[in-house]
Amino acid sequence: MPEVLKEKEQKKLSAKDFASDQDIRWCPGCGDYSILKQVQSVMPELGIPKEDIVFVSGIGCSSRFPYYMNTYGMHSIHGRATAIASGLKASRPDLSVWIITGDGDSLAIGGNHFIHLLRRNFNVNVLLFNNQIYGLTKGQYSPTSELGKKTKSTPAGSLDHPFNPLALSLGADATFIARSIDREPKHLKEILLRAERHQGTSLVEIYQNCNIFNDGAFSTFTDKTNKKENSVYLEHGKPLVFGAELDKGIILDGFHAKIVSLKDDNVSIDDLWVHDETDRNKANILVRFFEDNATDADARPRPFGIFYQEERGTYEDSLSQQLEQEVELKGAPDLNKLLAGANTWKK
Amino acid sequence: MTLEKENTQVKNVLDKVTILYAGDSGDGIQLIGNQFTNNTALYGNDLSTFPDFPAEIRAPLGTLAGVSGFQINFGNSSIFTPGDLCDVLVAMNAASLKKNLSRLKKRGTIIVNTAGFDKKNLRLAGIDPADNPLTNSSLEGFKVHEIDITKMTRENLKESSLGSKERDRCKNMFVLGFIYWIYNRSLDSTIDFLERKFKGKQEVLQANLKVLKSGYHFADTSETFSNRFEVKPAEMQPGKYRNIVGNQATALGLIAAAHRSDMNLFYGGYPITPASDILHELAKHKNFGIKTFQAEDEIAGVCSAIGASFGGDLATTASSGPGIALKGEAIGLAVMMELPLVLVNVQRGGPSTGLPTKTEQSDLLQAMYGRNGEAPMPVIAAQSPSDCFEMAYEACRIAIEHMTPVFLLTDGYIANGAEPWKFPSAEALKPIVLKVKDARAEEDAPYLPYKRNEDLVREWAVPGTAGAEHRLGGLEKDKETGNVSYDPENHQEMVKIRAAKVNRIAKHIPKQELDSGTTSSKLLILGWGSTYGSIKTAAKELQSEGVDVAHAQIRYIHPFPENLGEILSNFDKVIIPELNDGQLIKLIRDRYLIDAKGLNKIKGLPFRAQEIKEEVLNHLK
Ligand SMILES: Cc1ncc(C[n+]2csc(CCOP(=O)(O)OP(=O)(O)O)c2C)c(N)n1
Ligand code: SF4
Ligand SMILES: [Mg+2]
Repeated sequence: MPEVLKEKEQKKLSAKDFASDQDIRWCPGCGDYSILKQVQSVMPELGIPKEDIVFVSGIGCSSRFPYYMNTYGMHSIHGRATAIASGLKASRPDLSVWIITGDGDSLAIGGNHFIHLLRRNFNVNVLLFNNQIYGLTKGQYSPTSELGKKTKSTPAGSLDHPFNPLALSLGADATFIARSIDREPKHLKEILLRAERHQGTSLVEIYQNCNIFNDGAFSTFTDKTNKKENSVYLEHGKPLVFGAELDKGIILDGFHAKIVSLKDDNVSIDDLWVHDETDRNKANILVRFFEDNATDADARPRPFGIFYQEERGTYEDSLSQQLEQEVELKGAPDLNKLLAGANTWKK
Repeated sequence: MTLEKENTQVKNVLDKVTILYAGDSGDGIQLIGNQFTNNTALYGNDLSTFPDFPAEIRAPLGTLAGVSGFQINFGNSSIFTPGDLCDVLVAMNAASLKKNLSRLKKRGTIIVNTAGFDKKNLRLAGIDPADNPLTNSSLEGFKVHEIDITKMTRENLKESSLGSKERDRCKNMFVLGFIYWIYNRSLDSTIDFLERKFKGKQEVLQANLKVLKSGYHFADTSETFSNRFEVKPAEMQPGKYRNIVGNQATALGLIAAAHRSDMNLFYGGYPITPASDILHELAKHKNFGIKTFQAEDEIAGVCSAIGASFGGDLATTASSGPGIALKGEAIGLAVMMELPLVLVNVQRGGPSTGLPTKTEQSDLLQAMYGRNGEAPMPVIAAQSPSDCFEMAYEACRIAIEHMTPVFLLTDGYIANGAEPWKFPSAEALKPIVLKVKDARAEEDAPYLPYKRNEDLVREWAVPGTAGAEHRLGGLEKDKETGNVSYDPENHQEMVKIRAAKVNRIAKHIPKQELDSGTTSSKLLILGWGSTYGSIKTAAKELQSEGVDVAHAQIRYIHPFPENLGEILSNFDKVIIPELNDGQLIKLIRDRYLIDAKGLNKIKGLPFRAQEIKEEVLNHLK
């Protein structure tokens, strides 16, 4: 580690300390603003000196994010933030590394690095800004756009089945999977805190409204009139209850999740599915609550919160251990011995 | 072992010998080639090797496609190439004879395994069984020694409990023992090797030892060869030597540079022929704190390295043509962010997948220009297997001291080739000056990450440094603050600064020298990289024949050494031999406006000295 990394004094920081001096260039009304605000406000609570925090992004509207953070940062190339962050974290396990990526950045061009990051389980946080559209390139459909999406590049409607980012992540053996939304700041902040505390790759999908090219994509989960009917907020150890009057619940019947009315005399709150973040099987069912809530009458509510979390060793820890073991096995490094090799002769 | 001392036969003393071991890729040819090489090195000869193997791991048995070869040239004076034509060809089967006969000198020696010339093998080699080269007259003029090596091996291992396949696998040891006797060698180095390799596998070890010794004794008693030969140790500069393979040297160069600059070495890469051995070698030395990261593809390989470089490591990656193409966009990012990064391209035949196991120098222009936008970066090239060490070290030094990605070009020929190396001591290595930013007080004026020194090098502030928080990225940056800037003037200036910064490296690299000849010679042979040995041999031979030629080999290609133009201006005739269709020549003509002539070989094979000599003589007619 370079000389400069000396002992640091901790001083009390506020959200303002994390705002850089750069003008923010997102469109007025963009969901990115609210996410930036929550991230800046959660930073002081982490208790990490700001010079030890790094934001790495790819390319996209969302990926401008690092410029607005007064930490170390890299606005890299399209789809590769995950790969860059992997190398950074391998080289510097001491840093708090945050990856900022869009739905195109992480799931189209960067899809390969995305799944490999998750399986390796570096201790980093991934904030996936999902606006179901390519914002920066002005409105083409993305891998998360709904089937039949009409955009500039698909005037007759898109033909490809969308990714379900959380199901994909679970399939790639991610150790922390969560979803939040730009319009629920308190919830988002809570999830960000939990994400940083998790040892391993924390994947946080954040529904983000692009008011220019895909306005209202998530209105079913934000409009006051119906959001409570369409979303369920997960809390570890608590039953799955939702609805404007908290009058609905979900029960697990074998592998089937069914919506029940708590007004029904035969069902009590004790019968409901109790959320368990550590249960992979249940997480598998939960991430599949993915119907189109706007059009599908039988849709289950869309879950928000932490779907799944498990403890698994991180890549960088295993790497450090291996390096130590190799010293024990092969001895301390001796460059002269290495250069000489096994057989030498004199002339 | 005292075997060789029992022998009383006359010895013929030779100056140098070229042996080509050839057989099926399953015959263990590379292994005996390497064993003979180490033995030869320890004996004190100078040497150069050329392993040549098929692209397929298990090419169809017995076919031409499956032939694996290993050529070694060793002698009692300096050796610079694996040799044009061979004195001795070992052919384990019909296909290997057919493929390599044209590489044998007139009246050369052939040692054949007759079992490899049965009907089946002849057919597989595409030879009509009625036309067996061992029985028709096609080998007339050569000294042919026919031995049923397979049978003798089986005979030897009659009592072994090994399966028949495992027994047959020992037949390469018979050949090796046989050759050791002919060249008056000790078996010790191979016995040591076998004991280490088959530790805990007594049966296999004993079988190999037995067959090795039996080959040795057979040569002694069968009187196949009435004479033994000896190539006396070479006069070499005094010092300590070891044998080294190019890719291994590259890896050691990276390790040495990390050690000397007190940095951690990070390597991110994805396997590809012929570069993988660099990763393999680095992974062996993790006790040096080396972080090797086998990424999901080459893009992730270089990107992980960029991440590690941002974090303050000496970050490296290696690949070959196709992988380098994938890395292109990220290399541009490193150019823009001005972070140190070492990229090794072990070139192979292209385009596309091309000739994966064959050598070529056809990625020079890719290294120079293969990025979008104006993205200049230093390009250097190694000229021999051991030179890979020095140039890998140089690549790191330039990257760190000048805050830039650096390309190091090697190729399959020197990457897999071996030679004796007078290795340096750690203490004798050139110092590398690493300057990273110290913590600074927040209250100071805003941190300027793109402020530059007199060499136009910006400062390196790594995460963790308080008060120097800054953001890097691929967007054009303001020339001091590093903030995003779309200002037209600033862009033009930044493009020029990035170019000037790379050009100024010329002040910090060695001057170009003539390898042989003088500035008043009639003609200059100007090479770069791995053609060094062939050109040097050609030049020396021409000079000894009274032809007045000079030779210069360029290792620093971008920027060129400051005095290169001055050297070139002395010559009326400049010939540029390259293993491509003319790439350095474009750079030279562009930069120095001289009418250089190309000699281009694009066959996946290195130059023979003879080919260069002929071209030179043509030009001097
Ligand atoms: C190699 C490469 N290909 C294409 C682009 C153009 N491009 C920039 S951002 C983008 C899509 C961004 O979409 P997303 O990741 O969803 O981010 P958003 O803008 O929606 O936040 C594309 C196609 C690029 N910058 N680089
Ligand atoms: S285009 Fe959409 S995503 Fe991009 S800044 Fe504007 S509103 Fe936000
Ligand atoms: Mg998007």
